[in-house]
Amino acid sequence: MTTTEPRPSTATLDVASVRVTEGGIAQDIRAIKVVMARELIRFRQDKIRIASALVQPVLFIFVLGTALSSVTGRSMPGLSFRTFMFPGVLATSVLFTAVFSAMSIVWDREFGFLREMLVAPVRRGSILVGKALGGALVATLQGVLVLLLAGFVGVPYNPVMILTLLVEIFLLSFTLCAMGLLIAARIQQMQTLMGIMQMILLPLSFLSGALYPVNNLPAWLHTLVMLNPVTYAVHPVRTAVFAHLDAPAATLANINPPLTWMGWHVPTLLQLALVVVLGLAMLAVAIRQFNKAE
Amino acid sequence: MTAPTISGDIAPPDQGPAVVVEGLAKRYGDFEAVKGIDFEVGAGETFGFLGPNGAGKSTTIKMLCTLAKPTGGRARVAGFDVVAQRQLVRRNIGLVFQDPTLDTYLTAAQNLQFHADLYDMDRATVGSRMEQVLQMVGLWDRKDQQVATFSGGMKRRLEIARGLMHSPRVLFLDEPTVGLDPQTRASIWSYIDELRERQNITIFLTTHYMDEAEHCDRIAIMDQGEIRVLDTPEALKAGVGTDRIQITTADDDAAVAALHSVFEMEATRSEGKVTINVAEGERFVPRLFAELGVPIHSVSVARPTLDDVFMSITGRTIRDAEASAGDRLRAATVGFRGGR
Ligand SMILES: Nc1ncnc2c1ncn2[C@@H]1O[C@H](COP(=O)(O)OP(=O)(O)OP(=O)(O)O)[C@@H](O)[C@H]1O
Ligand SMILES: [Mg+2]
Repeated sequence: MTTTEPRPSTATLDVASVRVTEGGIAQDIRAIKVVMARELIRFRQDKIRIASALVQPVLFIFVLGTALSSVTGRSMPGLSFRTFMFPGVLATSVLFTAVFSAMSIVWDREFGFLREMLVAPVRRGSILVGKALGGALVATLQGVLVLLLAGFVGVPYNPVMILTLLVEIFLLSFTLCAMGLLIAARIQQMQTLMGIMQMILLPLSFLSGALYPVNNLPAWLHTLVMLNPVTYAVHPVRTAVFAHLDAPAATLANINPPLTWMGWHVPTLLQLALVVVLGLAMLAVAIRQFNKAE
Repeated sequence: MTAPTISGDIAPPDQGPAVVVEGLAKRYGDFEAVKGIDFEVGAGETFGFLGPNGAGKSTTIKMLCTLAKPTGGRARVAGFDVVAQRQLVRRNIGLVFQDPTLDTYLTAAQNLQFHADLYDMDRATVGSRMEQVLQMVGLWDRKDQQVATFSGGMKRRLEIARGLMHSPRVLFLDEPTVGLDPQTRASIWSYIDELRERQNITIFLTTHYMDEAEHCDRIAIMDQGEIRVLDTPEALKAGVGTDRIQITTADDDAAVAALHSVFEMEATRSEGKVTINVAEGERFVPRLFAELGVPIHSVSVARPTLDDVFMSITGRTIRDAEASAGDRLRAATVGFRGGR
């Protein structure tokens, strides 16, 4: 103990100079913004996380995609399996990042920072909204990185497509973050979290049609896919990509059939609306949970 | 959450006590962590909660800070009810928890900025206020370093600075020096003492270090969910009334027997010493030498300490109390769900 603690400075603290302003919606927005900003700062700092989140899509597209294209080559003439996989892999990688981001609230609890947030004079709702939007933004940024790979698999860098994808990805991420928060509200320990992530994330991505065409599936599997909300985000993403591919229309139509409910084609906008409404509902429940907790 | 909308003048009248507690109780299942306590803390006072592990100190603080709902009684902090006016209470208190609550990935300044935004502080004053509080705890030149690189003492100081950012009326410090080495403890206390002198702020702290309680204007000794006594440290020590005399002798057994037969005193033996408690110990020493009849090698006379106060009130030393609370504490650590 050779370091000497510095003496208190002689500057006098002027109490009257600080006024905490009045509450209201402006205060909520400020809280939401700062919670979001923190998510972004932490994402930017975590180079390893960014890199590791890129490994998965690269493996999927270039290893799995290449290997499987030798098997599936004949079923999608004029289209490489890697190209087919691209939108699904994009959605899957966003799915993982989003849920991880939201669940960082369990880390916040573990390391105490959650308490700093919960005891502040703001509605807890704004903290959760900030967490969800921040997580969605982080996942979208991760999606941008995956989008950079598009050129390698024959997907053009079309501005309209990219813009559409970013919006869709953001909506998907938001809903997944809300789901992550809802789950995290009930989890007290990191270990439990890891188990639950495994139990939820893989089924959500495997049953979304992200990695295979959803037509010609056995009935039971088709039913599960149609019940999975992620399906309704993956389909718009794939539709947006396929609209800009230079491939035989028949092939594209064949491997990206419209989603139907008892024969009715579900329009893309309705699919996205479904995703958003579900996200808002889950966020509302999560906020209730956090309000109830002491 | 039934948050009342904040409107009008958010500052309550300056007069009136900082904390008023009436019959406050907290029950976890069948276990009563806090058993209906009453006390008041005056504005500007430094008030200490002293007690062993598991006494209920943190639980009481959590209720006063709106982090836990009382299961009985009422409490007002800075003039506001801790259940009905949670947001107003939160706005007027600063908190340093027993367990760290910093984001170690952020820099010191980023942690404070986060706090300023959450507390909706006037943007124009955030910068200067940040400098003030960081200067005060000697961390201004470190403001752009990641908190992960800070020592335990620096983190604590940063938490104290953060607790002061929004100029709270009441600052809660839950074991502000726990886990720190003696030198760092001393430095934290010099900041707290500094704060007491210069600021019109009420400080409510808990500790289980007896010597630290001496820094308080008044202390409440808490044990097993109850306040056993509440007074100034001086009055508490005076209340014990006896000094402690320790002697080493040629024959401890004979000495104990002689103390019993000659002076009618019950002596205790520990670590090769014979201990007796007497009023006005210094005056008693000459008689002891003259009348004991057993050669005395050494003698020491000690004024009562808060340890003795605790002993005289609970019949245990605080260390014994800690040991017996160990099991309960362990259960609490596992079962604690509020987030650390
Ligand atoms: N969430 C909880 N659920 C169940 N029991 C709890 C909970 N929180 C605290 N307790 C119990 O309440 C008692 C008081 O705990 P508290 O944390 O208030 O003690 P303390 O005086 O702060 O002790 P320490 O000096 O160890 O911090 C303990 O026996 C603990 O087991
Ligand atoms: Mg405690």
